Amino acid sequence: MLALEISNLHKTYANGLQALKGIDLTVEQGDFFALLGPNGAGKSTCIGIISSLVNKTSGNVEVFGHSLDRELIKVKSLLGSVPQEFNFNVFEPVNEIVTNQGGFYGIPAKVARKRTEFYLKELGLWPHRNVQARQLSGGMKRRLMIARALIHKPRLMILDEPTAGVDIELRRSMWDFMDEINRNGTTIILTTHYLEEAERMCRNIAIIDEGSIIKNTSMKTLLKSLNSETFVLYLKNIISEAPELSGFGKTLMVDEHTIEVEVPESLSLNDLIQQLDTQGLIVNRMRNKSNRLEELFITLTSKAEKLS
Amino acid sequence: MSAGNYWIAFQTIVRKEILRFSRIWMQTLIPPVVMVALYFIIFGNLIGQRIGEMDGMNYIDFIMPGLVMMSIITNSYANVVSSFYSAKHSYYIEEMLIAPIPNIVILLGYVTGGVVRGLCVGIAVTIVSLIFTDFYIDNPFTVLIVAFLTAFLFSLAGLINAVYANSYDHIAIIPTFVLTPLTYLGGIFYSIKLLPEFWQQASLINPVLYMVNSFRFGFRGVSDIDLSLAIGVILFFILVLFSICMILLHRGTGIKH
Ligand SMILES: Nc1ncnc2c1ncn2[C@@H]1O[C@H](COP(=O)(O)OP(=O)(O)O)[C@@H](O)[C@H]1O
Ligand SMILES: [Mg+2]
Repeated sequence: MLALEISNLHKTYANGLQALKGIDLTVEQGDFFALLGPNGAGKSTCIGIISSLVNKTSGNVEVFGHSLDRELIKVKSLLGSVPQEFNFNVFEPVNEIVTNQGGFYGIPAKVARKRTEFYLKELGLWPHRNVQARQLSGGMKRRLMIARALIHKPRLMILDEPTAGVDIELRRSMWDFMDEINRNGTTIILTTHYLEEAERMCRNIAIIDEGSIIKNTSMKTLLKSLNSETFVLYLKNIISEAPELSGFGKTLMVDEHTIEVEVPESLSLNDLIQQLDTQGLIVNRMRNKSNRLEELFITLTSKAEKLS
Repeated sequence: MSAGNYWIAFQTIVRKEILRFSRIWMQTLIPPVVMVALYFIIFGNLIGQRIGEMDGMNYIDFIMPGLVMMSIITNSYANVVSSFYSAKHSYYIEEMLIAPIPNIVILLGYVTGGVVRGLCVGIAVTIVSLIFTDFYIDNPFTVLIVAFLTAFLFSLAGLINAVYANSYDHIAIIPTFVLTPLTYLGGIFYSIKLLPEFWQQASLINPVLYMVNSFRFGFRGVSDIDLSLAIGVILFFILVLFSICMILLHRGTGIKH
């Protein structure tokens, strides 16, 4: 069963900015899924549409098989969302924020108060239950929004950059907490621009940049592809098909003089040239193929380094 | 989600709204009472004694229903416009927008908050009026119905204002330039029979006139306007504004991108 299915989703804002250019995305039930991308990529827009805070321009969204257009109330009841920006009344006491959210979901006050106690304790906010939300630290405010999003026991939890601006120690404990919710059966989607976070937490990942999904794969495959580099080789010989190379990744024939070879970390360029040589192929020149994904990762990684 | 769940959601919104204005009672409940007390002292007692009778009653008895009505109008409006605008401005409106409740529950929740504040202030002002004049209600049922409908109508209007407002200035413009003139020219302080023929006719397009007069009819049994016409006018405006609110919420105007 799919927890989320997005097809051909477009969003153009009123000012003409195209934030989503027809994205497709599927997330399996029970998954821990990362939506990774640099600032301005369209992550929050995508999440805004799913949680019905942003009007889509076109496309389809289904949550556990229920259509956002036709079964909005049902979809809302299955979703829990932790937005990127704080969106609670800072003058309200912490416990009221969580209990009231239960009320909006139609949960009787008695039950809502019990659950509030449970989640505030889980998230270390119980001692602060009676203070106004504005008195909480940034990390506590983030956890308050997590508690609030859990009050109706959603089956799909979406967190938009939940650990942005949260110090590293606290970040780890939030990861543990999210891990636990996921193990208890809640599907989790989180957006992030920390590679480390996606790597550590998530089984599957989509990478979004400038409103398009440029990669959607398992974390394992992604890491493997990141640890290899693609080279473009210009051959002296004329070829009619890509040569068979053992141990190397994808090998492509670009034209009769040119091939592209994915070189894994375990093998050297020497190995490559030797293998080609045994097939009578002579390399004239060679260059490193620049790849959008790799470039993106370099920017993401340098950003993450700057931040930490 | 069932009707029971929606009922809980509705109660939650209303409780939140009532808590909001009662927590800041110094800003929400006291000022209108003080203001109306001043009106009673100045216009009712001091000037009123020189004016003598209006429509066959003491001047203070003539203006009392209109002053109560004015408090109901400004306070129900103010409650919804500032509460809804703050929720939108600080994004906590999203707490309701993501929740599995139909827009009509949100609308009725906010409007009920406005109605409660309007009626609370109305009652407080009525109590204050007892200091200056005797309590007398000709037809309590009419008073209640007109008070409720008027509060309902201006709560809806407040919500529309909040949807379009982009700053705290915008929530003051309509009350200052539209609401206040309409109420002052709505026959609170005078009977329109005193006006020249043309201005009598012009006054009839002012909806507040119908509210003030039907309210006065409820209190005193005297009115410039036929009661059923007045109620009809109020209901008509409620219908129009209610539909506008539903369309705005459905489109997400001012609250969704
Ligand atoms: N309300 C809005 N009106 C116009 N443009 C917007 C609005 N919200 C976001 N954008 C633009 O849409 C693009 C995607 O933004 P966003 O979804 O917030 O990206 P991300 O969450 O990945 O950082 C950005 O260029 C941003 O400036
Ligand atoms: Mg974002």
